Amino acid sequence: MSIESAKSKDFISEDPGGSSLWRDAWIRLRANRLATISLYFFIFVSLLTILGPEILISSYEDQDLNNTFAPPGKESLFGTDNLGRDLFARVLHGGRISLAVGFLATVVSLLIGVAYGMTSGYLGGKIDALMMRVVDILYSLPFTIFVILLMVLFGRNFILLFIAIGAVEWLTMARITRGQTLSLKQAEFIEAARALGYSHSRVLFRHILPNLLGPVIVYATLTVPAVMLLEAVLSFLGLGVQAPMSSWGSLIKEGSEKMEIAPWLIFFPGLFFSLTLLALNFLGDGLRDALDPKAAKD
Amino acid sequence: MVKFIVVRILQAIPTLFVIATLTFFMTRLAPGGPFDSEKNIPAEIKEKLESHFGLEKPLYEQYFLYLSNLLQGDLGPSFKYMGWEVSELIAKAFPVSAQLGLFSLLIALVLGLPAGVLAALRKNSAYDYCLMTTAMLGICLPTFVMGPLLILLFSSWLGWLPPLGWYSFADMILPSLTLGLFYGAYIARLTRAGMLETLNQDYIRTARAKGASPLRVVLRHAIKGGLLPVVTFLGPAFAGLISGSFIIESIFFIPGLGRFFVTAAFNRDYTMVLGTVLFYACLIIILNLVVDLIQASLDPKSREP
Repeated sequence: MSIESAKSKDFISEDPGGSSLWRDAWIRLRANRLATISLYFFIFVSLLTILGPEILISSYEDQDLNNTFAPPGKESLFGTDNLGRDLFARVLHGGRISLAVGFLATVVSLLIGVAYGMTSGYLGGKIDALMMRVVDILYSLPFTIFVILLMVLFGRNFILLFIAIGAVEWLTMARITRGQTLSLKQAEFIEAARALGYSHSRVLFRHILPNLLGPVIVYATLTVPAVMLLEAVLSFLGLGVQAPMSSWGSLIKEGSEKMEIAPWLIFFPGLFFSLTLLALNFLGDGLRDALDPKAAKD
Repeated sequence: MVKFIVVRILQAIPTLFVIATLTFFMTRLAPGGPFDSEKNIPAEIKEKLESHFGLEKPLYEQYFLYLSNLLQGDLGPSFKYMGWEVSELIAKAFPVSAQLGLFSLLIALVLGLPAGVLAALRKNSAYDYCLMTTAMLGICLPTFVMGPLLILLFSSWLGWLPPLGWYSFADMILPSLTLGLFYGAYIARLTRAGMLETLNQDYIRTARAKGASPLRVVLRHAIKGGLLPVVTFLGPAFAGLISGSFIIESIFFIPGLGRFFVTAAFNRDYTMVLGTVLFYACLIIILNLVVDLIQASLDPKSREP
């Protein structure tokens, strides 16, 4: 890096108290309008799906057979389905499940991936080579096929869904973490920490882990939409969550079966799902640019 | 080159072995059997069926039997489609899926490449913004939303195209378009990024300085480097086309391999599931190898010393 660019980076914030990496990143993220809008949109959708079902009068389960296939209007904002259930309530409730699956499965993959990658990168040598060979083999397995197989064979089990999706997504996380750990290991401050006689666990958790967080957070942000998409694919094939519970994927499936009578049944779940994916992707891109200004921007 | 191919094929053997083992035990340990779903089968007949397929033997014996048959290229008989070999069923269903995949890829390339090149050449213009916004929309509209919406528009409302089936050319348009638009959007973004990077290279400036026409600069000099990210993407894209075909084939009722696979898993048709998974795995491995070879021929730097 040239001296000039290093200088300009140091003086982005004129806060006399100094500026941390995270503060710099936040300022850069705020400067990216698309990412900021996405962030607010995502917070809005999250709040809506978390709080909405608690506040709403109509429940996602309540049927009203006198009021089936009602178009969107005053009575019900997004219309009703074939059993007279309020679509707005169902979309909010479905979003809860979709987002929960997205987050929990990402956390599972994060924990496995970071632990595996850090171990592999820190130990290095033969163990590293062996551990990465395992990842390479797993990489070449047709995993979507396995996830579908797992769901069909062992039934639609919510816990299994997390395990299956988490098992697919940790591989890339492990690779990223390992690469970062390998290069951090060579850094002078790690050498200094070792020279001071710190234990391996202290070096790993106090010095390496905090420096890994940037890329890991960026990748995690991009994993959430990928997981949500996989869950929706499973739900669409009838392998995800079951009625009366619903996710956006299963609502889209139901909607696609009845769209000729009631197009709104596919329109609204599809809209919420697509916009949320869009926002998460923009946010992930924005975070990448903010946390790692050196990374290429496409 | 030959060494590279041989090494890759040798590396594929343990992978395929792991896949066969995993799938075998997964299907067998799952609750239910191939002959459980039929109603009112007398116990003797069920026993006879099971002994006919060797299901009464201990699991490890069945496993070794399957592996030894596999080594001879025999995928065994289907448990559900009586009188059919698994390989025959794959040979019947795969061409349909392959056709769908090829048409989709063709649509994706025809739409994506020119869009990406145009956006890169007119960077930050109205063209660029329009094309890239459309591409982002295409990526975020998953196939299972896009498919039904296209059916709604073109067959329910306009009545131009049939909504399902796989008999005539008209049947093939909507499914291929659904899958193709998604990948086309990806390819457009990747092409734009690749072209932008290439257009900044010194050798492009040299070509321009030597008086090459803009068209010649793009077609003769820039496109090779600009296509690299697209080629890299094609590897995962093939795998994606395969899993995408599960969705598309179930939306449009297409009798392809994806539908056969899902049905077979539901039916506990052990040999059919194993055969299909192994077939998909081989396909992915071969296609990845082809992609790597294309990449090596486009980018001398990626060739191993």
